[in-house]
Amino acid sequence: MTDKDGRAGYLVTEKLVKRFDEATAVDDVSLSVNRGEIFALLGSSGCGKSTLLRMLAGFEKPTSGRILLGGDDVAGLQPYARPINMMFQSYALFPHLDIWENVAFGLKRESLPKAQIQQRVGEMLDLVQLGPYAKRKPHQLSGGQQQRVALARSLAKRPKLLLLDEPLGALDKKLREQTQFELVNIIEKVGVTCVMVTHDQEEAMTMAGRIAVMSKGRVLQVGTPEEVYEHPANRFVADFIGNVNMFEGRLSVDEINCCAAITGIGEIQVGHGISGTLNMPLAIAVRPEKIEISKERPAAGRNVFMGTVKEIAYFGSYNTYIVVASDGSRVRITEANTTRQDLSNITWEDPVYFWWNDRAGIVLRD
Amino acid sequence: MIFNKPMAVSIFPMPGRRFVIAVPYVWLIIFFFLPFLILLYISFVDMGNDIHPFKPIWDSQTGLLKLKYENYGSIFRSSDGGSLFQTLYVEAYLRSLWYALCTALLCLAVGYPFAYFIARSAPSVRPALLMMVMLPFWTSFLLRVYAWKGILADQGVLNQALMFFGVTLESVQMLYTDISMLVGMTYVYLPFMVLPLYANLVKMDFRLLEAAHDLGASPFKAFWLVTVPLSRAGIIAGFMLVFIPAVGEFVIPSLLGGPENTMIGRVVWDEMFTSNNWPRATALAVVMIALIVIPLAVYYYYAGKAADSKP
Repeated sequence: MTDKDGRAGYLVTEKLVKRFDEATAVDDVSLSVNRGEIFALLGSSGCGKSTLLRMLAGFEKPTSGRILLGGDDVAGLQPYARPINMMFQSYALFPHLDIWENVAFGLKRESLPKAQIQQRVGEMLDLVQLGPYAKRKPHQLSGGQQQRVALARSLAKRPKLLLLDEPLGALDKKLREQTQFELVNIIEKVGVTCVMVTHDQEEAMTMAGRIAVMSKGRVLQVGTPEEVYEHPANRFVADFIGNVNMFEGRLSVDEINCCAAITGIGEIQVGHGISGTLNMPLAIAVRPEKIEISKERPAAGRNVFMGTVKEIAYFGSYNTYIVVASDGSRVRITEANTTRQDLSNITWEDPVYFWWNDRAGIVLRD
Repeated sequence: MIFNKPMAVSIFPMPGRRFVIAVPYVWLIIFFFLPFLILLYISFVDMGNDIHPFKPIWDSQTGLLKLKYENYGSIFRSSDGGSLFQTLYVEAYLRSLWYALCTALLCLAVGYPFAYFIARSAPSVRPALLMMVMLPFWTSFLLRVYAWKGILADQGVLNQALMFFGVTLESVQMLYTDISMLVGMTYVYLPFMVLPLYANLVKMDFRLLEAAHDLGASPFKAFWLVTVPLSRAGIIAGFMLVFIPAVGEFVIPSLLGGPENTMIGRVVWDEMFTSNNWPRATALAVVMIALIVIPLAVYYYYAGKAADSKP
């Protein structure tokens, strides 16, 4: 590798802004993606993630800001002049060309020698295990196969950056899980830096090394899947990634190694300090799977509350309970079904205790 | 449903469907096939006089069938000697095919950008743009052709403008030339090219162009390698819709064309109404139909085969 500046900061966006007439689709986004990393832009539709991806590809011109790839500013380059390739959401395979020609399309534009094109297309088709399908047309392949052709086509030119637009969006659920790992394996084998866009948090968590959570054109948090799940930066991220119980309240205790807040259901203790001012408004977020539930009073002394079971949903591997607490707030609790018999025998309208460890609560100010 | 039960045992499954198909068939038989048979009949008989322009096909005395192949023979070899295919008729055929080809190519060159632009414009303005393509049909065809006379005449609008801006010193002859005729034909037939092309292009997934750009194709390359091949069906349909009627076009060449480059439509007219030779005129028409229909049938046979081989 000739690149001197190492792995960090291979792709950098600096204060990237995209405005369409009145609306700001991407608002002051500064990101840094490492070389060889799979980086996910996660957000609901309309959050600006696709516009950001299209700016990276060159289909949209940034209103302001820079895009640096390996140190070069590519923001001014036309899409066909960028060393960046994209796998499109519904693949956009050329229907009039066979699989071989689809994969060779980009290589032919570089006017490489025939033998080299032949060899590279062969390599790519082997990589995605579609060698025997080279002479088929796209419509003769299944959805999963088309997706692999699209991947091979976008990798054929050995791009510096691979963009994936909802890579698994067009596949059904079962196939999606299978394909996730396959896709990651291939990308890692090739070693290409990859930015993917998805609205599916599970997809982002399983595939990406780091995730940027976006909302209304802004990046709210960047981190590993574990970081954004366990340490969300604000209410939006906590709520967007997974399920969460949010208890709004005011700071009542703030010591070096613990703090507490008065909320609707009572005082909640948290096992770390936050250095805030007393009485400031904040929220404590608790993941449903971190809450325990029982009809018996637990031994634990802190963060124990009472409520009534209103709903029980059986999901096979786990149960979800909706418990209404004393102040009327609905608390979601999930318990893994680790045994065949459910010994807790909790049923509707049962009065129950629910509690959590003081490290489970996440203090959110924003 | 009460109708469903007897249908399963009926000799005519779904009579309703058969009836629907029958309507266009009956129409085609009455208005196209039968007239063609009459044409074919006249093309094999002797010419008659002013009251009876052609004679019956059987001899009035012997009652024997008498086919006059001479009507066709004289098209390809002139009666006063000369070698094969060296006749005014063959010349007129070739000229007609050539002008029709030019017209179709000009319509394609002008119509493709039209259709492409409409297909890529916002869905809300497309109906208005399509309306504008069809708007000329609202005024009389003849009126529009005469308007071109006014534009292209020696003292016409175009020449006046050219002289005013000093492009030419004296008027250039534009009317009654190949150019004026092709301008008129292209103008009149343009909608027949634009509409099928539009119908085809509007269905195209324009993300395919983005994919082509992404893979390194310049806008021109992407157009040539993706848009054009994908619009092939539209191009062929538009080409046929222009080419076929243009071969037999009669009005525009006689109004805008020069006297020396007669097309086959004019020749048929002259044989019919000047020479009063109906058998020759119909033979000329039958040959013209064959010239167009046979290549078309061959093309669609192979196109259909290719389409069938796709699963």
